[in-house]
Parts: sequence; C-alpha cells; structure tokens
Amino acid sequence: MANILAVDDSASMRQMVAFTLKGAGHQVTEAVDGQAALDVAKNQKFDLVLTDVNMPRMDGITLAKELRSLSNFKFTPILMLTTEAGLNKKQEGKAAGATGWIVKPFNPEQLLATIKKVIG
Amino acid sequence: MSIDMEQFKVTFVEESLEGLDIMESVLLDMNPGAADAEAIDNIFRAAHSIKGGAATFGLGDIANFTHVVETLLDEVRNGDRDITQDAIVLFLSSVDCIREMLSADQNGEAIDQAHIEQVKAGLDKMLGSEQECETDSEKDNAATSSATEDSGWEIIFKPFPGMLRTGNDVVRMFRELAGLGDFTAVADTEKLPPVVDMDPEEAYLSWHITLHGEIGKAQISEIFEWVEDDCELEILPLDGDKTESAVNDVTEENSPVDLQVESPPPERRAEEDQRQQPARKTASPESSSIRVGIDKVDDLINMVGELVITQSMLSQLGEDFDMSRVERLNDGLAELERNTRELQESVMRIRMLPISFAFNRFPRMVHDLSAKLDKKIELTMSGEQTELDKTVMEKIGDPLVHLVRNSVDHGIESPEARKAAGKPETGVVNLNAYHQGGNIIIEINDDGAGLNYEKILAKAIERGLVGANEELPEEKVYELLFEPGFSTADVVSDVSGRGVGMDVVKRNIMALGGRVDVKSVPGEGSTFTIRLPLTLAILDGQLVRVGNNTYIIPLVSIVESLLVDQKNVNEIAGKAEVYQLRSDYLPIIRLYEVFGIEPDHRSLDNGLLVVVEGDSKKGGLLVDELLGQQQVVIKSLETNFRRVEGLSGATILGDGTVALIVDVAGVVRLSREDGRCSDEQIAAA
Repeated sequence: MANILAVDDSASMRQMVAFTLKGAGHQVTEAVDGQAALDVAKNQKFDLVLTDVNMPRMDGITLAKELRSLSNFKFTPILMLTTEAGLNKKQEGKAAGATGWIVKPFNPEQLLATIKKVIG
Repeated sequence: MSIDMEQFKVTFVEESLEGLDIMESVLLDMNPGAADAEAIDNIFRAAHSIKGGAATFGLGDIANFTHVVETLLDEVRNGDRDITQDAIVLFLSSVDCIREMLSADQNGEAIDQAHIEQVKAGLDKMLGSEQECETDSEKDNAATSSATEDSGWEIIFKPFPGMLRTGNDVVRMFRELAGLGDFTAVADTEKLPPVVDMDPEEAYLSWHITLHGEIGKAQISEIFEWVEDDCELEILPLDGDKTESAVNDVTEENSPVDLQVESPPPERRAEEDQRQQPARKTASPESSSIRVGIDKVDDLINMVGELVITQSMLSQLGEDFDMSRVERLNDGLAELERNTRELQESVMRIRMLPISFAFNRFPRMVHDLSAKLDKKIELTMSGEQTELDKTVMEKIGDPLVHLVRNSVDHGIESPEARKAAGKPETGVVNLNAYHQGGNIIIEINDDGAGLNYEKILAKAIERGLVGANEELPEEKVYELLFEPGFSTADVVSDVSGRGVGMDVVKRNIMALGGRVDVKSVPGEGSTFTIRLPLTLAILDGQLVRVGNNTYIIPLVSIVESLLVDQKNVNEIAGKAEVYQLRSDYLPIIRLYEVFGIEPDHRSLDNGLLVVVEGDSKKGGLLVDELLGQQQVVIKSLETNFRRVEGLSGATILGDGTVALIVDVAGVVRLSREDGRCSDEQIAAA
C-alpha cells in the first residue's frame, strides 16, 4: 500500500480522491495547493504525487518542477489531474517532470486503475 | 469498488457557490480593457474548478456550460481576447446560470432552460465555432481507435536518456504489456557505456518487444501514452508489411487523444443515471449545514474542558462534604455558572455568520439596477464582519433587498438632477452593520433627495390615514411609509416617493422581533435603520404573573408599565374598555380572560397595566404582578405541542416550571378582532 500526496485546491475533488485512495488501502496526505504540498514534501517521502494543475499560490506544473529538484522526489511518480482542454498543459507538465496525467473527469475506478499502473 | 459520488457533491456545490461569488465580485470590480492578470486568473480558476468538479460529480450540463466560459476566460488569460463590457455582462449572466443550475440540481427544481440556452448561445457566439470542430475530430479519433486488431505486435522502444527522470518506469510498463498477451523483450545494450561512465539516472537500454495475442493497438499506445515524447517508439503488426506501417508510429497525434475521449462518455452516462435518483432524495442538504470557523470550535472545546474540570472539582467536594466547605462549594457553583454561561455563548456563536453573507448580493444588484435606471451609483459597505444568527440572516435578506432597491430606485436621483442640485453625479448607497447591546443594527443610507414631507402627508390625508388639519412631526410622517395604505403605491416613481411593499418590509422585520426606523433630510438623503435581535433562540423577557401562572412578555414590545387610574378608563358599547394614556387610547386586554385562568384581581382599579406594542398597534395588558426580567431560551410550541393563539412559544424557568411567552401582536389583534374594541371605537372614545 502506497503513501500518496494528493494536491487540489477544490475540497470536493480532494475528498473524492482521498476517499477513493483510502478505500483502496492507501495512505493519503492532502494539500490545498502547490506551496502546501511542497512544504509537506520537504520533510516526507511519498510513493506517488497526484496534483491538480490550476491552483492558487503554486500550480501543479511548478510543483512538479520543484519536486524534481528535491533529492527524495527524483523518481517519484507525479501524476497531473487535468482536463481535456489542457492538452498543452500535459506537454508543459511533462517538461516540468511529471510522470503522466489523469484526465478529468474521472471516476474512482479509473483513478485506481491508473495509479495501479504507476505503483503496481 | 463502488463509491457513491453524492457524498462529495455537497462539498462541491458549496465550494462552487463560493467560487461563483468570487467570480461575481471580481467581475464587478473589473474595468473593460484593463483587467489585471491576477483577477482574470482568479475567475479562470474558479470556472476551471467548477467545470472539473461538475464533470466528475455527474453534472454534465453544468460542465458543458462552464467549459465554454472557461475556454473564453483562458483566451482572456492568454491575452488572445480583450475583456469588453459586453464580455463582463455575459460572464456575469453565466455566473447566474451556473448558480441556477447548481441550485436546481440541489433542490430538484426545474431550471429556466430558455434563459440558459440564451446565455450559452451568447457564449458560443463570442467563442466562434471552434467548439464544433473539436468534437468532430474527437469522433473521428474514436472511430479509428477501435479499428486495428491483429494477432500480435512488434514494438521497438528506445527511451531517451532522460525518460526515467519523469518517474516513468520501464519495468512497470513491461509488466502491463505482459498483462495484455504473450510478452517477450530483448534488450539492446549497444548504447550502454562502461560502468565508470554510467549515470544511474539515465536510460541506456533499447528494447525490441514482441507481443502475441488479440490486442488493439490503442491498448499498447495507452501504456506508452505518458512517455511518447521521451522515447522513440514503433508499434508494428507482427505479420504486416513493415515498410508501410513503419510510418504508423505512436508519435502520430491521434492515438493519445483517443484514449481520453474514449472513456468519458459511458462514465458520464452512468453518472447521470446515478444523479437522477439520489440527488432528488437528498434535496438541499446544504441548507441544513453550516460552516463554522475553527476558532469557534476550539473555543467550544476549551469551554467544555473547563466545565469538566469544574464538574470534577464539585464531585470531589461532594464526596466528603461538611459545612466547613460551604465556601468552596459556593465558589465551585459560581464557577459552574460562569462556565455554563460561556458555553451557552459559544454555542450561540456557532450559529452566527458574518452579515457579508447577506450583503454579498448587493454589489451585483446595485450594479445591474443602476445600469437599468441610467444612474451612477456607488455602493459602499462597512461592518460586513458583524455576526448574526443564521436564521435571522436568512429572513432579513428580502427586506434588505427591498430597502436597497428603494434607495437605488427612489432615493438616488438621476445624474442630471444631482448635478443641478450641486451634488456629485455619482450617488452613494451605504450599507452598514454593527452590534449594539444584544442587537444588530443595519443601516441603509443614501445621499439622494430625501423623503418629501408634503407629498407623503398629502398622500396620507388622501388615504384617510391622517386627518386633514392634523399637524404631525416629521418622524411620524415618515413612519406612514410603513402603513399598509401606502403599499399600493402610485407614489412610487414620483420624485420622492418610496412605496412598494414597505409595510411588508416592516412586518417581516417585526416578525423577527426587530424594528425599522427612517430618518431623512431633504436634499441630503435618507437612512433606514433596522434593529434586530442577534438570535431568535434567546429572548429578553419580562416575567409577569397572572393568578398562579407566569407569562413572559418580550421586552422589546413593552412600552411602559403603569398602575391603572380608574378615572382614565372608558367603556365602549358597554363591554370593551379603553384606557386613556396621555393622548392615546389603549384597549385594555385582561390576560386572564384571554387565557381563561383565575386571577388575583378582576377589578381594574390599582391593577397593573403593561403597555405593549405589536404590529404598530398598542394595547394594555392587565397583569397581577411584575416579576423579574431575564433571558429565556425559546422553545417552539408548534413543534412540541401545537400552535396556540396568543402565544408565541414557551420556556423553562430556573425552578423547572414552564412559562408561556405572550405573542403580543397576536393578543392585541385578538382583542380587536373580538369586536370588543375596534379602531373606530377607540377613536370615537
């Protein structure tokens, strides 16, 4: 079971993601934006980061870039939660070091199936 | 695993409404052509979150609608589109539409589809026809993706050196491929440098993979979806013509798109089905929830902590108590009283919300109204953080809207008239709120023309509310505005008139145990002052005794109390009695008659008369004794028993007995309806 950092400024999405992951037996830490996530990440190791793209203070792309510069996040999978409209965001995200993306809207089953690809 | 998405929908609706409020207030502050990036970012993000959430939680209509708004905002954000006045107006209407759709979904109401279609059409028009192209190409992609089937694939996979740094793992991908069919991989170590030169973070190996089985190309592409830009990849049918399909590698733009557009439709449908059932059942769960600041909860926990300490102290004291410890007992009890009072206050505070919740709608309303009326009006607000009970807040909304609308419509003059009067063209409507004693005061002030004394008086005389030759002080005349006679209002759009439904405003405020006053200076403007109790759950009451029963009269309704002087008592028609109090005549209401109980005294002489006012009608309540004043917690009679004429509720007193709370307005009305004492009769006396 994995230790997952879930980052989203929308409480409902965060709840949904956290609830789903916890239901599958994972351990979840929630953060309300990129900055909060980075603060947490500096002192902790995670097996996977799930982050929204558009957030106040620090967006998901900057977060990915910042995380990759931390030694304990060099190879940690980082998945962006993005919308269909954000195709160019995917490229930007990849360039910033993101592993992949999950396209919104997704349902809990899709979420679990996708993260299974990453953490086995 | 199946998860009920409904549980997150409440949060989603709540945060979406907040997001819409932000969008609205930012849009209202926005100047066409000169929007700052941060403001645009804020509203874009709000729209973006709503869209994403709506799609996730099965609100397809809202997602589709918001998608267009979001796309437009994204263009504005990227500098591809200017923000015009028209765009602001359109975005504001969109905010309304989304809000409407959200609440329709929550409450299971019907929505004004025509209005939404109209706004949507406006948005689409602004966006141009790009939308349709997108959906077309999506369909094409979906069609091609399902086509290719074969008995196996040959995959040439050459990761770029930096691929691993994106957190993608070759082993993980191979495991997935192996899950699809019969998998063999051969590593090409050609580029592998000597160990000393090796950078452990880089990928050096290339792979030649064969995969046997009935597998769609899309399935394979999906596995490599995230790394398509970080590798060279060829996916070739095993028995196919190599040269032809070599072109057909995965870097072809379509394949990754397929995968995404392929999955959402069935899922959306499923969620829509789901929405139709439970959403209706749990109509409006949001209205029963309340958001409380964490500091309030912390206070509460603190308070309970102290209470527990006091309680344990007292119980220890009780274990071996003797009279020498009486003093400590008293201290303990005093402490307990303090704890209880503080706890009560903290709990009450949880129901309190800042009045900004009620004020928030006004910037938009004033903006729209002034545009409609061709007036220039600035709305200023102060004291938005003043707190008020949630129930009171909900009920004061409509009267406030009414008063603000009146100020905008009838208070503030047209720019020309203002200029002529030597005032700045832009009128100011000010909303202010503050606490005073146990009350909250809300002021609605405008710097308009003020009320027209003569006009109102003339109207009142015409309506027969005032005698033709009566001299009335200004305040009395202004109070006439709240008379029902004024509500039919042909006074309205006349220069100074304010008429529409002011009696309703007053009635609503009175029903909350509050009061509304008006002050006005000709040429300088008017101020309406609303005074409301902070909460409906607790009431300041005067305890009175009639026979063996204790009643409570709300302090706010009491004008004065006096000893009856027999010579001021007049009888009308042989049975009804009125009391002359200075220039007023009050009907005397014998409470023991109203409630059918046995009093100490039946005679009026030297009886105690409590002069009360309810619904602007006065009356004298005859009681046996005035007891103390105290705060009482109101218990509803309706929910615990049934509605009783003349009583507004009940409470439990310190000694455990039940006391009934007198509905002053009701009792006064009862006495008049009984025909014992009509207005005319009082006037005749």
